[in-house]
Amino acid sequence: MFTKTLTPTLTEKVLRSPLVDLLTGPHGVDHYTELVDPMWTADARAKVVDVQRRTPRSVTLMLAPNPAFEACRAGQHVSVTVEIDGRRRTRCYSPANAAGAPLIELTIGIHDGGLVSTYLHRAARPGMVVELSAPAGDFVLPEPRPRRILFVSGGSGITPVMAMLRTLRAEHYDGQIGFVHYARSRDEACYYDELAAMPDVRVLHGFTRSPGGDLSGHFDRHHLAAAMPHPGVVYVCGPPALVEAVRGHCGNAISESFVPAAFATPREALGGRIRFRDSEIDVTDDGRTVLEQAEGAGLSPQSGCRMGICHTCTRRKHRGAVRNMITGSVSSADEEDVQICVSAPVGDVDIAL
Amino acid sequence: MTTQVTLTPDRAEAFGRELDAIRQRVVADLGQADVDYIRRVVKAQRAMEVAGRGLLFAGVLPPAWLAGTSLLALSKILDNMEIGHNVMHGQYEWTGDPALAGRSFEWDTACPADQWRHSHNYTHHTYTNIVGMDRDVGYGILRMSPDQPWQPYYLGNPVYAFLLMVLFQYGVAMHELETERILAGEISLADKREILQEIWHKTRRQLAKDYLAFPLLAGPCAPFVFAGNLSANLIRNVWSYMIIFCGHFPDGAQEFSIEQTRTETRGGWYLRQVLGSANLRGGKLFHILSGNLSHQIEHHLFPDLPARRYAEIAPEVREICRRYGVPYNSGPLSRQFGTVVRKIVRLALPARVRGERTADGQQAA
Repeated sequence: MFTKTLTPTLTEKVLRSPLVDLLTGPHGVDHYTELVDPMWTADARAKVVDVQRRTPRSVTLMLAPNPAFEACRAGQHVSVTVEIDGRRRTRCYSPANAAGAPLIELTIGIHDGGLVSTYLHRAARPGMVVELSAPAGDFVLPEPRPRRILFVSGGSGITPVMAMLRTLRAEHYDGQIGFVHYARSRDEACYYDELAAMPDVRVLHGFTRSPGGDLSGHFDRHHLAAAMPHPGVVYVCGPPALVEAVRGHCGNAISESFVPAAFATPREALGGRIRFRDSEIDVTDDGRTVLEQAEGAGLSPQSGCRMGICHTCTRRKHRGAVRNMITGSVSSADEEDVQICVSAPVGDVDIAL
Repeated sequence: MTTQVTLTPDRAEAFGRELDAIRQRVVADLGQADVDYIRRVVKAQRAMEVAGRGLLFAGVLPPAWLAGTSLLALSKILDNMEIGHNVMHGQYEWTGDPALAGRSFEWDTACPADQWRHSHNYTHHTYTNIVGMDRDVGYGILRMSPDQPWQPYYLGNPVYAFLLMVLFQYGVAMHELETERILAGEISLADKREILQEIWHKTRRQLAKDYLAFPLLAGPCAPFVFAGNLSANLIRNVWSYMIIFCGHFPDGAQEFSIEQTRTETRGGWYLRQVLGSANLRGGKLFHILSGNLSHQIEHHLFPDLPARRYAEIAPEVREICRRYGVPYNSGPLSRQFGTVVRKIVRLALPARVRGERTADGQQAA
């Protein structure tokens, strides 16, 4: 419960006491405090305090987290949960703020056809409350700091390396920094002005869909040499193609890939692999419902009506697509709950069973 | 006595398809308005709970005691019915909000939510009104259908019904114990050890909360808090009992045998849900306070659609029933509950006395 506060205040001690738990049972004290203030919970939440659209295809949100939020190291990512038309959606973002900054800065680029990015670009406004996960990821600066650091980023991959860059400047880093960034055009290059105002950082831009820029076209090894001939360490973050290309030239580059979620449903329905992850059993799909195939594999999942109304059999589908045999609707996103008694696999599926 | 209503297989399938179409349409339309609604209800429930309990601390003053007890009763009614029962049905699973997740929701009453989910969501809704499979037909202690063979024990039917009403939260809590089977020697208490432990664990905390912790915190006002909490629980028991008993017991609601339903199709399931259920007429506030169980027919057709949608689809459901010649049982609370009370008293006596027949036309026992 108390991940961040070192010494719980008296109020917090009272709120988390067994007596208050009994008095607020069975719902628990958070469900009362959050009705007073949605930020007053043991879950990590943040309130949007500022929204800026600095480039045509991105939106920058400044978030004020509640005390339950565990601060990020520069370069780490957090899962952000936002509610869109009544449904919660979760996406992973790397904050761009320096470590220890009071506000979390998220710069989110629009993915064409993306649900959350387009929603936030269109509708984010101050006062919105989102949920946050604990920070995760190994894409961080080491201690002690290397003397020569080269950052390479593409598109929205700029956010974790901006966090690192700002952190270094805040601690008056006196080593050498190179910063290479690829964007479609000058207008779509995030943080362009802020980077231009850093005289002691060698900043080079490449514009992949328009002329101009310090580097021409997409990445190649000359770009690396132009930025910093002998870097101590290279950090690269962006689309998989960029990351692979950089790692091709610097085998020990530290990298993070930003891959947009895949939403396409496989066309071929039958014959895929069903993985019952918890039991470590694989079967080949034969077209029956997941429940029947699980029972055929010797498992005994909890079930009830076996007709899709009682929700006793609902399980987490980790990956893959399933079709609801009653309604025909398809669930294709990762980490969705499905009623296995009326769901048949479409392609390969991983289920928590 | 109800006459058995049946449809030909083709008609039943067409009936089912029309109802499926309503369901698909509503599911596709679910959105922010639905989740905002339930959150408003939750907010109102918890605000009334806090206000009610707060006022009871000043319960030595009669207006404070009356207001406090009423608010607390309302909060328990909302928590159990419009919120608890509906959320646990999975009506809000689609939101992904853990606070509205049916499988983990726990409610402010003695019954453990896990046991409720099993006995209600699964058993009652799948086998609705099938005598011998749906234990809600009589709850193991009452005779609510002439198809339940009469025994001298049932002479006490009205007494048991009254006791169940007053102690309803504990009656519901003990449902999964299957006490009638224990008394009949089919199973032993030891078989139900885990169930019993769960019931005791939940009931213990509820009792400690309402009858120990809150009264003691009130110091000199302890007796008023105690009496207020007791009364609030009683009001909720009586209200929920009346609404629930009007769901499947008013005159016109049909029971079914295991034989009849052995080869039931999806259309046949929909038909049984309509024939076995009864609605209550009332205004918007009545519907909310009844947890929309006033729309028992719509609820039994679509248990996992948000209950606030039942009112808007009810006219359409009623129209479909009319076209297929399926009776649609609906009436005011006073009349529907009146027929329930009459049934409880009548069924206390053997049918020989009443000259009635069972569903398959035989002279009833």
